[in-house]
Amino acid sequence: MIEITGLTKRYGDFYALNDLHLTLGDGVVFGFVGANGAGKSTTFSILATLLSPTSGDALINGKSVVREPAAVRKEIGYMPDFFGVYDQLKVDEYLDFYGASYNLKASERKKLIPELLALVNLTDKRYEYVDLLSRGMKQRLCLARALIHDPNVLILDEPASGLDPRARVEMRDIIHRLKDLGKTVLISSHILPELAEMCDEIGVIDNGTLIAHGNVAQIQAELQGDAHIFVELSYGLEEARAFFERNPLVSAMFVDHAAMQLQFSFSGTKVEQTELLREAMLADLAITSFTEQKKDLEDVFMAITKGADLA
Amino acid sequence: MMDKLYNPMLMKEMKLRFRSFKSFSGLLFYLAVLCIFITGFVLIATDFKGHGYIEPTMSYGLFVLLSIVQMALVMFITPGVTAGAISSEREKQTLNILLTTTQSSAQLIIGKLLSSIAFIVLMLVAGLPIYSLVFLFGGVSPSQMITTFAFYFVTLVAIGSIGIFFSTITKKTIVAMIATYGAMIFLGAITAFLFFVSMIMTQSGVAPIVGGYLAYLFAAINPGALIITLTTPELTQVFQEMTGVTLPVWITYLAFYSTITVCCLTGAIKKLRTNMKTQR
Repeated sequence: MIEITGLTKRYGDFYALNDLHLTLGDGVVFGFVGANGAGKSTTFSILATLLSPTSGDALINGKSVVREPAAVRKEIGYMPDFFGVYDQLKVDEYLDFYGASYNLKASERKKLIPELLALVNLTDKRYEYVDLLSRGMKQRLCLARALIHDPNVLILDEPASGLDPRARVEMRDIIHRLKDLGKTVLISSHILPELAEMCDEIGVIDNGTLIAHGNVAQIQAELQGDAHIFVELSYGLEEARAFFERNPLVSAMFVDHAAMQLQFSFSGTKVEQTELLREAMLADLAITSFTEQKKDLEDVFMAITKGADLA
Repeated sequence: MMDKLYNPMLMKEMKLRFRSFKSFSGLLFYLAVLCIFITGFVLIATDFKGHGYIEPTMSYGLFVLLSIVQMALVMFITPGVTAGAISSEREKQTLNILLTTTQSSAQLIIGKLLSSIAFIVLMLVAGLPIYSLVFLFGGVSPSQMITTFAFYFVTLVAIGSIGIFFSTITKKTIVAMIATYGAMIFLGAITAFLFFVSMIMTQSGVAPIVGGYLAYLFAAINPGALIITLTTPELTQVFQEMTGVTLPVWITYLAFYSTITVCCLTGAIKKLRTNMKTQR
């Protein structure tokens, strides 16, 4: 369980994070999306006890990141966006070191290391030097490291950045397995569709402010805005244009004479959209196609972050 | 019991250090320098004939020379070993991960310091067979040798602490290295220069009492002066008459370097998680 209340981080007059409020239940995979510099890493650094907030607090399983950072560290597994490894350690020595750093006994570490390597598909790399691993393998090893003390909350800052498509799919599968294990996972990314595939909830942050929060479908519906309608005709383009322009819900008309096509924004409901089409048919317009173009997640993200910038 | 005494940082550092070629080459350099000095000394003592004899007094001179050379090497090598302790973790982007583990700042800093000390102690021990050549010729007691090594240890712990402190408060290893070598130049060279200035003040009668105290102070924090007073007791007596201070130099030296160690380690421990200050 994570409860963030009024979390703010200010550097002089600049707000890296502004009054963030967020509550996440157990076993939720939460995606934090925003452009570079939006405040994702600042939020994660505060939750990982690496940075103190200017004001506000966050409770992780009831422990405050401000007042009880040492207790919070036992509850979380943190994977930063950029990290290095110790080149002259072998994979099992690397995990053993971090296990010992969480005060796990030698016998526990010996038992855990093969289990974690199996979870992240690195069993066959156990006795290899860490610097010989590929970037994707290092990411998975770092994830195994974050899991070594069996934390309830995982904070993964851009875990798929710089990975090739196959490594991304592997990372996504591992995150699904972590969800099945009941872990609360916070993932950040600046690619909304990537997060939509693996998250239950998504938060969109821009300029340090959370501008949307909910499940993927909710956010898409909330932020979709006006419908964008495409109408194709076999003839009578100007007549059709005049017809649609008379409707008060239609705006931003664009006429493509070569393609015999009209494009416009429609601010009405689905029922009103149906009514518009029915009236157009009754008016004997030679319509061959009437479609609403859905915005994809990337468009939604671009639209809302641009909107926040303008605000 | 073993689990409680286990310092993961120390064990990890030992593994990394002893797997690195740099450590091997450092050890080789150290032993080579000692060998060069001993060979040079023996050649000079035998008039480059390759045969002859060495008097016990000359053997004692070799001991003093080796002690000073070894102290200089400790002062030269320790900053290189310790000044990158924390800043290199920061540069390699491994520090943030370490700071989110349940290891305390003290455990991290002490682990780093102990691993550096262990390496330099290994160097000192590796040099012992060369150093022990002085026993072949007589004139040096084992207790003098043990005392000298004890003060090497005090010095290297203090210098190591200075290195770790600078490594913690600076972001770049190169800056920490320059700052630590700067401190070494102050302790080794500037204090020696100030000592001579103070002695001139005393002997010329400008400020005989204050000059005497200052000369004592500068000598008492200079590692070279300490080695001379430890290995040459008759000079100690002359020095006490000149400065007017009868307190043995080694006591002030021990107090000063212990204070440096405590202050630097405390500072490093406090500064390690500096971004995670408690809210006001």
